[in-house]
Amino acid sequence: MDKKAPTFNMVAIIFGILWLFITLFPLVFLVMNSFKNSMEFFMGSPWELPKKLFFDNYTQLLSTNFSHYLINTVIVVIVSLIILVLAGSMGAYALSRLKFKFKNFIFIMFIVGITIPIHITLVPVYAITKNIGLYDSIWGLIGPYVGFNLPITIFILKSFMEDIPISIEEAAKIDGATRWFIFWRIIFPLSTPAITAVAIYDMVILWNEFVFALVLINSPENRTLTLGLWDFQGQFTADIPAMMAVLLLSTLPLLVLYAVSGEKLIKGMTAGAVKG
Amino acid sequence: MKSKVERHNLFVALAFLSPALFFYLLYFIIPVPMSFFYSLFKWNGLTPNMEFIGLKNWNFLFQDSIFWKSVINNFVLVIMSILIQIPMGILLGTLVSSKLKSAKIFKLLYFIPMTLSAVAIGLIWIFIYEPNFGVINTFLNNVGLSNLACGWLGDTKTALGAVIATICWQYIPFYMIIFSAAISSIPKELHEAAYIDGANGIQTFFKITIPLITNTIIMACILALTGSLKYFGLIYVMTEGGPSHSTELMAVYMYKQSFTNFRMGYGSTVASFMFILSIGLTILTLFIGVKRNGLNG
Repeated sequence: MDKKAPTFNMVAIIFGILWLFITLFPLVFLVMNSFKNSMEFFMGSPWELPKKLFFDNYTQLLSTNFSHYLINTVIVVIVSLIILVLAGSMGAYALSRLKFKFKNFIFIMFIVGITIPIHITLVPVYAITKNIGLYDSIWGLIGPYVGFNLPITIFILKSFMEDIPISIEEAAKIDGATRWFIFWRIIFPLSTPAITAVAIYDMVILWNEFVFALVLINSPENRTLTLGLWDFQGQFTADIPAMMAVLLLSTLPLLVLYAVSGEKLIKGMTAGAVKG
Repeated sequence: MKSKVERHNLFVALAFLSPALFFYLLYFIIPVPMSFFYSLFKWNGLTPNMEFIGLKNWNFLFQDSIFWKSVINNFVLVIMSILIQIPMGILLGTLVSSKLKSAKIFKLLYFIPMTLSAVAIGLIWIFIYEPNFGVINTFLNNVGLSNLACGWLGDTKTALGAVIATICWQYIPFYMIIFSAAISSIPKELHEAAYIDGANGIQTFFKITIPLITNTIIMACILALTGSLKYFGLIYVMTEGGPSHSTELMAVYMYKQSFTNFRMGYGSTVASFMFILSIGLTILTLFIGVKRNGLNG
């Protein structure tokens, strides 16, 4: 056993470093080239380090819509998240702890939403949004954002709430507490770990959402970051380093969130597929 | 008396469910029959006048060679996902759940692509594949392999492969986590017993690890299958389905028909087809699940 372990470890480490290179090289090129000016980029090769750090790619973003995009994204994500957590945990409570008719039917209806691609709803959602006058407004994004993230949110929260001992709830009921009280004072606070996991997951998905923004937003000032990025692509075709800078800045918030939350984010993002 | 209690229970439950039901019904459930309804019309989506044309869109769908090309591409994507992402996911999952000191750091760094948006990933990889200034071609030119340099995303022969490579780059970490969770849950005694019996690392991997994660492998295949219908952003950003439809996928084709060509009726037909297909896949999934559980139990 001891004889075999070192060679096995060597192979594993070499493989690990190789994959590390594959994972990180696109990002290394992104960072490296975002600090070049476009002359230097087109004269040289993307493999060369910048001769000196050129910050204009970043500072020139101040004169673009970038801050608009960022603010829009932050607003949409926060409002959607609040609604998702509240509506999702209330729904999950009913589906996990209450007995009522049609319970299974309603649960299955939500679960089916996990596998169905959202793209099939695009045309109707576009029509609905136009009809209720929210087309080309960031508020129009919140409905679909909540709608298509509810299935996984409810699924994760429901399976967590089912494991909370029923005796806690029974005791409160004997003391005359209403369902409403029990939910807010007992079940909701006890579900914090699952709510955190699901909120992180939803946040990553919403921050990166593209297709509804593409369909429901038209004016530049109402765009979210992903849509804005797509737009910069057209604007900066002749200036690849500037594009790199925009890309880096737009992904930075999530990378920071990841650096802070680490394992928690991984857990959140795979909670739907990995039990426990 | 009993029905009164029942009605009360239903009322309380619906009160709790109402916010979720509101959003879910309006933005997810109701759009499904609406899609089928729209598929019977010729409609540009800009003006309210819709012309009823019966099943003409459906007829056209079955003869639309570009659409069937997109269906085939979807399946190529599933097969490649299963052949590349799952084995790599198992290998990396084994690595990051091993006792190596660096395993945890590897895991955290490997997961980074999963946190990026499809749009950002698409744009980064456009730059990597770029024919003149891109990372790959400049490398090939510098090491004297310029005959291997090509247009990657602009060439019908390489575009789909290039896009699939990017998708693998993004999603392998996801499968890695699924498998590392499965591998960590295998009792340590099994591996120790195998070592004592003289089995080497490779033998234990194939004789113990793989058989014990079979269920996870099946689940991962299902995820790859249902997930493939959802690919949109990355492909739309990188190729818009081109060149000459070589990277066309159902979701991309549906979007372009509806919102680029303003054929919302026909776009809805494609969407409805996708719905039927995904429901079929979901039922198949449940069926496999029931059958396996039945066998195991």
